[in-house]
Amino acid sequence: MDVAFIIETIAKIVVILLIFSALAGLGTYFERKVLAFMQRRLGPMHVGPYGLLQVAADGIKLFTKEDIVPQNVVKPIFKIAPVITAATAFMASAAIPFWPQFTAFGYTVHPIVADINVGILYVLGIMAIGLYGPLLGGMASANKWSLISAARSAAIFISYEVITGLALLAPLMMVGSLSLIDINNYQAGGITHWIVWSQPVAFVLFWIAAFAETGRTPFHLVANDHEIIDGFGTEYSGMRWGMFFIGEYANMFFISFVISIVFLGGFGDGTIAGAVQLLLKVSFFFFFFLWTRAAWPDIRPDQLMWLCWKVLMPIAVLNVVATGIVMMF
Amino acid sequence: MEHYNVANPYFGVFVLFVLTFGAFYATTVIARLASRALAAKDTEKIKLTVYECGPEVTKQPNRISTQFYLFALLFLLFDVEIVFMFPWAIDFKLLGWFGFAEMMMFILLLAIGFVYAWKKGALEWHNIK
Repeated sequence: MDVAFIIETIAKIVVILLIFSALAGLGTYFERKVLAFMQRRLGPMHVGPYGLLQVAADGIKLFTKEDIVPQNVVKPIFKIAPVITAATAFMASAAIPFWPQFTAFGYTVHPIVADINVGILYVLGIMAIGLYGPLLGGMASANKWSLISAARSAAIFISYEVITGLALLAPLMMVGSLSLIDINNYQAGGITHWIVWSQPVAFVLFWIAAFAETGRTPFHLVANDHEIIDGFGTEYSGMRWGMFFIGEYANMFFISFVISIVFLGGFGDGTIAGAVQLLLKVSFFFFFFLWTRAAWPDIRPDQLMWLCWKVLMPIAVLNVVATGIVMMF
Repeated sequence: MEHYNVANPYFGVFVLFVLTFGAFYATTVIARLASRALAAKDTEKIKLTVYECGPEVTKQPNRISTQFYLFALLFLLFDVEIVFMFPWAIDFKLLGWFGFAEMMMFILLLAIGFVYAWKKGALEWHNIK
């Protein structure tokens, strides 16, 4: 390995860490603003212009809170669980191409951390490891709300992983590659080449499962405030609790990137216009997460399991079979 | 976008692993130091008890409803199926009719298991009284 490659890799990782940490912070601001406007309120207005410095104020508050580790908790696991959540959320970004390649100072930059040939499988795998954050944090807290939340998050994650896997199979059969770059290039010919037109069922299934994988509102049962307090985050305070938040919001951004690239054409043929389109698609999906939270009530855990195993799973399998039959004839 | 041909594509994954865990662990350490220096402290004894109605609670046994284990078993059944299906989906055009027929038989076998689990009520959330 030459030095330039090592420096490039580290530079890309630092940029991704900084940008998406900042976006995760701003995401909380956007969420409060969007929810407020949908309920005819103003949201945060006092700190800075239009409340924009609210993010900084929250950060300072999280850093200067008293560091509390309750009695009875399993200390090492309790301390490492938020780090696992945040770190795995960012690790999933390694195989995602964020921007088409460009040349800067005579040096071609590929805005992807690791161009591995198992791309999407790696992203799904790392998102599955992200389960260990809520699970370990909830089980180590020695609190019944946290424990219920940990069990629920495990059940939701593993159930909806079946849906994500099966929903992605049908597009993968058409593309014939797991790399997100290949999937993007397959749809390079413009809007009519997008996979969503030939795989609408897979698109909807994956979109529904994305809400469960990120723990967003119709499936926000892991931290359902009115029945299990704050779920696995009940015993956490200060920046440790903030880590769970950073992980959740980073996950939302990365899964929006995955949906946009796999189903909605990504950045197309790689022009600047295509790249801007990708950012717009990601913004729409992020906004849709917030929109759903404002418009849709939470469902019960048993309804969640019913929806996953009795409705979405058979549909996903039939979709794979139907895709196979159509492709064979 | 072209592929980025390097000798070790997984190097980036490794560096990302080290840097993210390092960065976020360092953030918790910084937060701890900052809170030690700046945060208002309270010596109230009951503050450190777990979140409850107020009394000092005993240690909580980590007992979870057996329902969750059923879903874990179902997950094992179907996620292993998907692991088998991923390589098949990638080489779908290459394998042709042979691969298609094989996979349909595999899905049929799993569908029988799924129907059995459904009939046995493994997919319901039972009332435990």
